[in-house]
Amino acid sequence: MPQPSFFMCRPTYYGINYKINAWMDLRRQADRSLALKQWFALRTTLEKYLGAKVHCCSAGPGLPDMTFTANAGLVYKNIFVPSRFRYKERASEEPYFTRWFQRHEYKIIRLPAEYRFEGAGDALFVGKTLFAGFYYRTDIQTHAFLGEVLGVRVFSLELINRYFYHLDTCFLPIGPSAAICYPDAFDDYGRKMLRENIDVLIAVDHDEAYQFACNAVVGGKKAIIHKPCLKLESELKRHGYKVYSLGFSEFIKAGGAAKCLTLRLN
Amino acid sequence: MPDEIVELSGHLIDSFTLSKVLDTILKHKACYEIQKIKVGISVKDTSFARILVAHKDPNRLKIILREIARYGAEPVVLNEVNLRSAPMQGVFPDDFYTTTNLDTAIYLGSHWITVKNPEMDSGIRVDRSLKRAETIKMAQVKRGDLIVVGHNGVRVTPLAQRHGAEGFEFMTSEVSAEKPKRVLIAEVARRMQAESAAKRPTLFVGGPAIVHTGAAPLLVKLIQAGYVQILLAGNALAAHDIECSLFGTSLGVSMCKGTDSGSGHENHLRAINIIRRAGGIRHAVQKGILKSGIMHACVKQKVDWVLTGSIRDDGPLPEVITDMLRAQAEMRRRCRRVKLAVMLATLLHSVATGNMLPASTRVINVDIDPSSVTKLYDRGSLQTIGIVTDVQPFLSELLIELGIR
Repeated sequence: MPQPSFFMCRPTYYGINYKINAWMDLRRQADRSLALKQWFALRTTLEKYLGAKVHCCSAGPGLPDMTFTANAGLVYKNIFVPSRFRYKERASEEPYFTRWFQRHEYKIIRLPAEYRFEGAGDALFVGKTLFAGFYYRTDIQTHAFLGEVLGVRVFSLELINRYFYHLDTCFLPIGPSAAICYPDAFDDYGRKMLRENIDVLIAVDHDEAYQFACNAVVGGKKAIIHKPCLKLESELKRHGYKVYSLGFSEFIKAGGAAKCLTLRLN
Repeated sequence: MPDEIVELSGHLIDSFTLSKVLDTILKHKACYEIQKIKVGISVKDTSFARILVAHKDPNRLKIILREIARYGAEPVVLNEVNLRSAPMQGVFPDDFYTTTNLDTAIYLGSHWITVKNPEMDSGIRVDRSLKRAETIKMAQVKRGDLIVVGHNGVRVTPLAQRHGAEGFEFMTSEVSAEKPKRVLIAEVARRMQAESAAKRPTLFVGGPAIVHTGAAPLLVKLIQAGYVQILLAGNALAAHDIECSLFGTSLGVSMCKGTDSGSGHENHLRAINIIRRAGGIRHAVQKGILKSGIMHACVKQKVDWVLTGSIRDDGPLPEVITDMLRAQAEMRRRCRRVKLAVMLATLLHSVATGNMLPASTRVINVDIDPSSVTKLYDRGSLQTIGIVTDVQPFLSELLIELGIR
């Protein structure tokens, strides 16, 4: 298996500066020094224990959410599809990310301007099929476009719970036909589609889902999860995973954890 | 019913997106029609669907469209209709849109506007300020009239969409002498009764063969029973009917004996002369000169009749309109009021009337000659049910089905 490679952005300007999701609350500010510690702990675990290569880009001033690189765009082979953010608060992140991928010789494919898409936050591969979320941040119209330009099958999943506004907050692929999910974040059609198309589906319960259990990082048979998710930890261990439990409390205040802080490049 | 066409594409089947869209439409008790669907063959292929959504409440339709928009069902991006001024009296602009007899709508000012009075071989005149569109014949065009040009923004509703739930499905428009006529005629009777119950007029077009074949008394009974509200015919039907009433002959042939009555060939000229002298058919009836026959029944029953002339007419009778544009206009005015037209034993008058009728009007065409029925169909009156039979047995059977003795 090739060395896993991740794209991250140091939370230099991180903070709760606005409210664009159900988790954010301007009265509940993040502790920046603790956030920095948590971010470095994640980076170190990726490099040291998952044997990953971590690439970093510089944060843009006034862009607190740039550290959530999962939303930079979608990476497929040497193609980078930049996000078109739903909220203007994050729209200025896009040129920073795109520049980085241009410099690293990715082929940039842009989405039609009239539709919104928030990258790997809403588009995750299970095997060769792209599972893509829509409604809160991403428009379903982008799914057909992605399928066409990447030449892949795209399954569309409607997100119905505003606390799980990105697909990666309630769904995590862990193998060619295996995933973790929080079923209540999807409607009946979505649940049926997941059941019919994924062989091993590990469901997390309400409490752990709200602790960002699904927002974990998996590399081979190793997983980095949010510390309080003990049931998921034992479930992953049962499936043969080595689990690293870390704290992401400061990032959860903005609606993200391990997965949101990384973008898998390979 | 207000409707909108939406399109969606992607992995619609695997993701259940199409199911969601259709379920949403049905949840709101709206109707849909999948106008086009292309299902991807390999896993990478996307699917495509074009769906017509309709709901009687336009506000509810808007709600449905908003809901299904989140699943990617977007209204088809529409082109506005192109309009150009008529360059002169009686002349359409170049590239004018020529109509069919089908229900037609134009997209103007971001709205669909139904074209009034659908009629084939016409243009469409638009009144922008009143947001109104109507068919218009070439001769009626005035200089400066705004006329639809090209095909952009014009929508035509195919016939099948409307007739799906009606009773005539088993009657295809193919013409055959082999059809079970009793069944067809029973269906015609049922339709006439329905029109009568709905207080809608039924239009008849008749040729002189009705008189020649001795079927006139049967048509008289039909008129007297109140099943004929409008009669369109030529000079010949009226002249022969009146000749028969006054002299007992039709073109000189005795209607009782079926033989030539000597100098009877003069009778139809004498009959026309008598009516002209009386000041017209109505006056002849009022004065007691004309006491029987089809035209007599029409006057007595207050049937709205239009007699139009042709180049070979004798006389003609005073009520016959010989200005063809005026004759067309009078016929057209009647055609717009009806949903059922019965055409008996006349080719040219049937074709002329068929051209004026919208496709939503059912046409029953009865003729002994299959090619006559076919001609009407071939000229675009696809809503025609052809019954190949002599008019006399047709009317005889029709009276039985209607319970008229």
